[in-house]
Amino acid sequence: MKCTEFLQELTNYLDGVIDDRTKSELEDHLAWCHNCYVVCDTTKKTIEIYRDSQLYELPEDLRTRLRSAIVSKCQGKKKVGPEPVS
Amino acid sequence: MNTIQAKVSEPVTEELALVQAAKGGDVGAFEQLVKRYDRNVFRIAQHITQNREDAEDVVQDAFLKAYGNLNQFQGQSKFYTWLVRIAVNEALMKLRRRRPERMVSLDEEVKTEEDSMPREVADWSPNPEQQYTQAELRDILTRTIQGLPASFRTVFVLRDVEGLSTEETAEALELSIPAVKSRLLRARLQLRERLSRYFQRGGESGEIGLKPASGDGNR
Repeated sequence: MKCTEFLQELTNYLDGVIDDRTKSELEDHLAWCHNCYVVCDTTKKTIEIYRDSQLYELPEDLRTRLRSAIVSKCQGKKKVGPEPVS
Repeated sequence: MNTIQAKVSEPVTEELALVQAAKGGDVGAFEQLVKRYDRNVFRIAQHITQNREDAEDVVQDAFLKAYGNLNQFQGQSKFYTWLVRIAVNEALMKLRRRRPERMVSLDEEVKTEEDSMPREVADWSPNPEQQYTQAELRDILTRTIQGLPASFRTVFVLRDVEGLSTEETAEALELSIPAVKSRLLRARLQLRERLSRYFQRGGESGEIGLKPASGDGNR
């Protein structure tokens, strides 16, 4: 397996959606190719860092304000009845 | 190496009951749905628009649009996937309005495969994020993801931050599954490449003023 082939499968590998045979080919490649091992490992860390990053958390006061605005507008148009599907 | 697991799980039947009640005009039931997903919609909207006020507008507009169109929700997909689709469309409209000079589309094919080929292969420190304060780290992560084209960062956020499946992401973005996979791979590799300069072992510069290494940024 070449490095470019490994990279093509990287997303499937990290997501665990890959058949056993391809998985073992990828892991054989990882065992000897240090560059691909590093790319794979740091890509995994990239995903984890973003997942745990809590970027753009919605502050509670803003959350409450937005929700009351939404609810009051919904009440304004309450019971629109069944609309024809366009 | 362990695989990355998606994190979304919810009691679907309870949710469908809330949707049914809301369809019948029960605003309280709809409020429960808002509470369940407002944080997610806000995060997605801010990632796409890169603007706090726009993201606030998107939260309101997306939920109001969802409420007004509940009758069109057929229950074939999850309510959340349907809601995300509405929110992404609202966010893209905001982005287009703010940047009329650029055509913003999820269909855009940005550059070639070359832009995602790893150039930086130095290993990272064991806990690279701990080299920085929380504020510095947030700044690095924000700037780095903002440098991605809109179509890449949207796919990355839905799949890897919000935990939608590939199929749900494809449905929410009206893209094919191969298109989602291709964008996800490239988004992940580009983010990895850009983060390497901060996180690599022994070589961090501490520089926060990130400039994209190549000219594929959204600027």
